[in-house]
Amino acid sequence: MSNWEILWASRDVFWQGFGNTLTIFSISAVLSFLLGSLLLFSMEGVRPRLKIPLRIFIDAMRMLPFLILAYLFYYGLPSVGIRMTAWQAGVLALVLYHGAYFAEILRGSRITLSSGQEEAAIAQGFSRPTMFLRIILPQLVLRTRGVMGNQLIILLKDTAFLVIITVRELTAAANSLSSTYFIPMEAFIVVIGFYWMISLALEQGIRFLGRIGEKRGFNNA
Amino acid sequence: MDGNAWGLLLQGAWTTAWISGVSILLGVFLGLVVALLRLAKIPFLDQLLGAYISLARATPLVTLILFIFLSGPTLGINLNRSTAAIMALTLNTTAFNAEIWRSAFNNFSKEQREAAMAVGMTPWVYFRRIMLPQTVITSLPNLVNEMSFLVKGSPAIAVIGIVDLTRVTNRISAVTYDPLPPILAAGALYMAMIGLLVWGQRIAERKANRLAM
Repeated sequence: MSNWEILWASRDVFWQGFGNTLTIFSISAVLSFLLGSLLLFSMEGVRPRLKIPLRIFIDAMRMLPFLILAYLFYYGLPSVGIRMTAWQAGVLALVLYHGAYFAEILRGSRITLSSGQEEAAIAQGFSRPTMFLRIILPQLVLRTRGVMGNQLIILLKDTAFLVIITVRELTAAANSLSSTYFIPMEAFIVVIGFYWMISLALEQGIRFLGRIGEKRGFNNA
Repeated sequence: MDGNAWGLLLQGAWTTAWISGVSILLGVFLGLVVALLRLAKIPFLDQLLGAYISLARATPLVTLILFIFLSGPTLGINLNRSTAAIMALTLNTTAFNAEIWRSAFNNFSKEQREAAMAVGMTPWVYFRRIMLPQTVITSLPNLVNEMSFLVKGSPAIAVIGIVDLTRVTNRISAVTYDPLPPILAAGALYMAMIGLLVWGQRIAERKANRLAM
C-alpha cells in the first residue's frame, strides 16, 4: 500500500479532525465577535465606568501569546479549583483572546465615525443600545471587513495551538497519523491543504461582503 | 517560586528571544528579496512565490513546525530542533514581510523614479539611494508589528520539544506542583518582550510620520 492509500484508508481521522477544527473555529469566531461588540458597547457613552479596566484587559491580551492564555486556563486554573476540559479551556481562551482583538479593530474604526449621525439618531429617539445595534455596528463591520477577515484567519490558525493542550483537532489528527504509520510528510500536506481551503473560503466570503459594502457605499475601506 | 524556578524561566525567555530574533532578522531580509523578485514579475517564479505567500499565510505555525521537523528525516535531512523551529518561523514571517515590502514598493511615487532616470541614475543606484531608504522608513511600523506577531506565535516551537518560555512552565510545575505562578510569571515576561516591541513601533511610527513627505 502506498502512503497515500494509507491516508485514504484512515480518512475518518482527518474528517473528525477537520470537523473539530471547524466546530471550534465557528463557535469561537461567533462568540468572540459578540464579545468584541459587547466590549466596544461597554466602552461607549459619556462616562463609562468600565472603560479603564476593559482598556487594560484588551491591551493585556494584545501583548500575550495565545498559547500562554490556553495554558493558564488548562493547567493553571485547576490549582484554584476551576476545572475545564481541554475543549472548554481552548474555546474559552480563543473567545477571550480574539474578542479583545475584535474589540480593538472595531474601536479603531469607531473613532473615525462622524458624531453627526449619532446626534441625529438620538434626536430621532433611538436608545443607545438600539442605535449601536442598528446604526453603528453594521457600518463598523462593513468598514473593517478586511482587517476582520485577517483576524478570522489568525483565529483559524490559533486553533492549531490547541493540539498542545491535547484537543483532538486537525493538526492533532495529522500528528497521530504520522506517528502511527510514520508518514509525516503526506499527512501534513493533507492537513495544510485543509487549512488553505478554509482560508481561501474565508477570503472569498470577505470579498462577497465587500460587494455588499460597495453597493452601500463603503468602498473606501 | 524559588530562585531555581526563576533561573529556568529566564532560560526559557532567552530561548524564545534568540530563536525569534534570528527568525526576525532572516524574515525581514528574505521578505525583501521575495518582494523584489515578485516586483520583477518573472513568469512562473512570480506565480510560484504568490502561491508560497498564500500557503504560508494560511498554514498555522504549529502545523508548519511539525511538518518541517517530522518530514525532514524522511527526505534525508536531519534537522535539529532549533534549526527546524527557525526554519518554520522564518518561512512564516517571510511571507508576511514580503507583502509589507511589496505594498510599500507599489505605493512608492513614480515621479521620483522619473526624476532619478532623468538625472542619469542607473536603476540599481536609484533603488539603493532613493527607493530603499524611504520604503524602509514607511514600512518599519508594519514590520515591527509583524515582529510582535512572530513573538506571539513563537510558543508553537514548544510542540517539537523546545523548552521555550511557555513550555518551561510545565517543567517548573512538575517540580513545584503549582502551575499558576510560573504561568503568570511567563505571561509577565512575554508582556515585557512584546511591550518593548510595541514601544519600538511607536517610536518608529513617530519617526515615519516626521520623515513622510
